[in-house]
Order: sequence, then structure tokens, then C-alpha cells
Amino acid sequence: MRFYEYEARKIVELAGIPVTKYGFCQTADEAREVAEEIDGPVVIKSQVLSGGRMKAGGVQFADTPDEAADHAATILDLEINGLMPRGVLVDPKAEVKREYYVSVVWDGTAKKPLMLFSYMGGIDIEEVAEEHPDYVGRAHISNLLPVFDFEAKQVIAATGVTGSQLNRATPILARLARLFLKYDMTLAEINPLAELNDGSFVALDAHMDMEEEAIGRQKQLLRKELKIAEDDTRDNYEPSDFERNVKAIDGADHRGVIQGKDHGFKGDLGLVIGAGGGSLTLTDAVRNQGGRPANYSEIGGNPSVAKACGLAKEVLQKDGVEKIAVMMSIVSNTRVDIVARGVIKACLELGLDPAETIAIFRIPGAWEDEGFEILDKYGVEYCDRSVSLWDAAGRAVAKIQGEAA
Amino acid sequence: MSSETLNKVFIDVEIDEPAKSDIKLATELEEVCPVGIFKATEAGTEIQVPALDECVLCNLCIETAPAGSIRIIKLYEQ
Repeated sequence: MRFYEYEARKIVELAGIPVTKYGFCQTADEAREVAEEIDGPVVIKSQVLSGGRMKAGGVQFADTPDEAADHAATILDLEINGLMPRGVLVDPKAEVKREYYVSVVWDGTAKKPLMLFSYMGGIDIEEVAEEHPDYVGRAHISNLLPVFDFEAKQVIAATGVTGSQLNRATPILARLARLFLKYDMTLAEINPLAELNDGSFVALDAHMDMEEEAIGRQKQLLRKELKIAEDDTRDNYEPSDFERNVKAIDGADHRGVIQGKDHGFKGDLGLVIGAGGGSLTLTDAVRNQGGRPANYSEIGGNPSVAKACGLAKEVLQKDGVEKIAVMMSIVSNTRVDIVARGVIKACLELGLDPAETIAIFRIPGAWEDEGFEILDKYGVEYCDRSVSLWDAAGRAVAKIQGEAA
Repeated sequence: MSSETLNKVFIDVEIDEPAKSDIKLATELEEVCPVGIFKATEAGTEIQVPALDECVLCNLCIETAPAGSIRIIKLYEQ
């Protein structure tokens, strides 16, 4: 989940990291009031979930409150990359001595958060890391253990920063790392972290991205502190009817989990898939064997029959779907017979023959004998763990392509 | 694509008298069933048909009721 800059600033503030006196405004008059309070030159920034604000004219400087109001009025009407701003951030124009870069980012390869620090802030960190790798300090932190200040200090010291700058920057990076863990972030970035003329450090801009799966347990932050409404999902695109319906089915029943995405999918083979990374593996396996998935989905956590049925029905009712493939890695807590009941029921309720509609059922694991008995009864082709995910996906693709031929 | 809701596709549950009209047993069955197949009423146990296919075959109802008075029928075995 992405955050607007004014929200990211609030999160940084909550973590005890110094920020400038800023204000989020939704009208030109509010911007004038904030500029009056700041009582000095200000910068007005468009609050859109998009990059390229500066180039698009979404960042303006003002010397007086009236000028700030004028710029705010212009920016509030300015569309950037197809997005209208939620408001503007009015921020003091800081007298900066030096800009730094600090962040904590999820390292998917190491499966640990990675702390980063550079004394070349305010610019593209990827560029700095590529051209001057020694300018960037980095170190992984534990997912479980507390973050200690010395870990942050080592990262910063590795770039050659010493003295009071090192002592002042250290708690900021350490707090950012604690914030990252506490709020289940995938990215927590302050760029630039400014050293002001008086030697103090403040966060001038921040970017935060929270793990989608953590939204449920971060209600205190999202609803109470940031006042983000539950339906404010921050998706990059408008959810389809399929996605909305699957989400509603999932939310209506606490048993198990289903997810469904179809943005960018136009295929004829519906997927009801999941289990420990199985969704990604199986989607790739279908694609790499020439199949055209109609959706991406995840099912697991021992869903009810109704939930499995609901997902399968939604997939089957998508335009262009001719068959579904029901495939998972080996399951332990999700019951094979329950999923079998669900997907067969979906076919029956839609007036379809399960034997013709389910291209393959490959879910080995808990209660598989019971499941296979049900599948036998309805003539559905199934396979056990002796058939790999790759081969099962291949069978489904062959079946649907054979039919097309 | 038209759609209808089907019940009792995979599982049926039968309960014999006098167990069916035993109000104390009805309450126990309602408590013990994890998927809500049994509802306690003034007349005894009422089977909730929409929940039948959710039966997880835990047999807790069979263990709670007098021996042989409840039968879980797997319709896919017939």
C-alpha cells in the first residue's frame, strides 16, 4: 500500500524523526494559512501517487502566503500522469547545508530488510549506487531481533561520514529501520534527509510503502493516525468486477483465504491455484507452456466449500474462460476434498459439466483420498503428487489447446 | 451465464427420533458442529440445509448423539 507524501511525513514523525513544520491542504485558503504560520518562503507540493511531480509543475516555490495560495490553486487543478492531486503539502523552504539519502527496503533475495545510507541525497539512489557504489552504505537487519543504533552507525560510517553528522544521522536511520519493522513496510525512504545550516537534521521528503498483507493488522496506524478510509485501497488501477467480487466473497467468510486478480489477463484458462508460492509457479508454468491464463488467483488456509465455490464461479464467469485448472502444491491445512466440493459445485451451479470444465485438478495433500473419490464421481481428471506442477499445468494447457484445435 | 444455488450436493445428514426432538441434545449439537449444520429450536434439532455441504466429516455430532441416531451420508459414494 502506497502512502501520499503527507502521510509518509506523519509516519516519519510518529517514529520520532525530525520533520519540518508542514501542512496538508486541500484548498488555496488552507495553503495560505499554513504559509502564514510558517512565516517564510515555502514550497508547495502536489500530493499524487506518481513520480515526475517537479517536471509536471507539481512543485512550486512561494515567498509570500498569497503566492502560496496562488500556486496551491494551480497545483490542485493540475493532473499529473492521469492523476488528480488529493491536496498539496506546504513545507518551509529549508536552508540546506547538505542532503543525504536514508532508506530501509525489503530485499526479496535475502528475505531481510536492507538499510541504505548515502551522503549523496536528493537524487536517484539507483544512479548513485551504480556509478559510485562506495558512496552507499548498506547492511541487512534481522526480521525478528530489535534494531540497535550501532547497526545504523556502521552503515553510515561505511560511507565516510564522521563526527556530529554521524551521531545525528545514526538515530534517524535506526528509527527508520524500527518503523519499517513495526509498520510492515516494504519501503521506508527519506530522500532527502537534510542537514540544515544549524547542524540539525530533518526529513524533507519521505516515501513509504506497506506490505498489502499487513493492512489488516495496521489498523491503528491506517485508520486512527492517518485517517485512511477502508475503501481507500491505493491500487494502481480501478479493480475489475471480478476482483471486487472475489474480495467480497473472501471478506464474507473468515474461513480460508482467496484472492483474485485479472488486470492484464485476457486468457481462456481460468486458474484456481495456490499454496506456498504455488500460484506464481503455476501461472508461470501455464504461460511457459503456451497457455493463456485468464486470471491470477490464490486459494488456501482451508477455505469453506462456499468460498472455493465462489472463487471458481467468478473465474468461470469471466469473459473468454473455457476451462479452469485447479492446482496447488502439496497442501497440509487446506483440505483437498473441500476444494474439490467447491469447484465441482461451482460448475454444477453454473450448469456446466465438471468433467468438461475442470481441465485438471492437481491438489495433493490433506484428505486427498476423500477428494479423489468426489472427483471420480464427477469424472474430473485429477492427479496426485507424483505429477509435478509443471506437468499438471502442461496437461491443462494441452487440454484447452486441443479443444481449440 | 445463469447461476443457481445448490444444496445437499455432497453431504446429507439424517437424525432419528427421539434424538431429533431432544431439546438438550439439539443445543449440544448446535454447539459442537463447526459449520452450523444443526440449529436448536423449541421442537428440537433443525438441519440447516445450506450448511450441509460444508460438513467437514469431523463426526462430533455422531459422538454427541446417542449411538446410531445420526448418520452422515456422503452422497458422492452413492
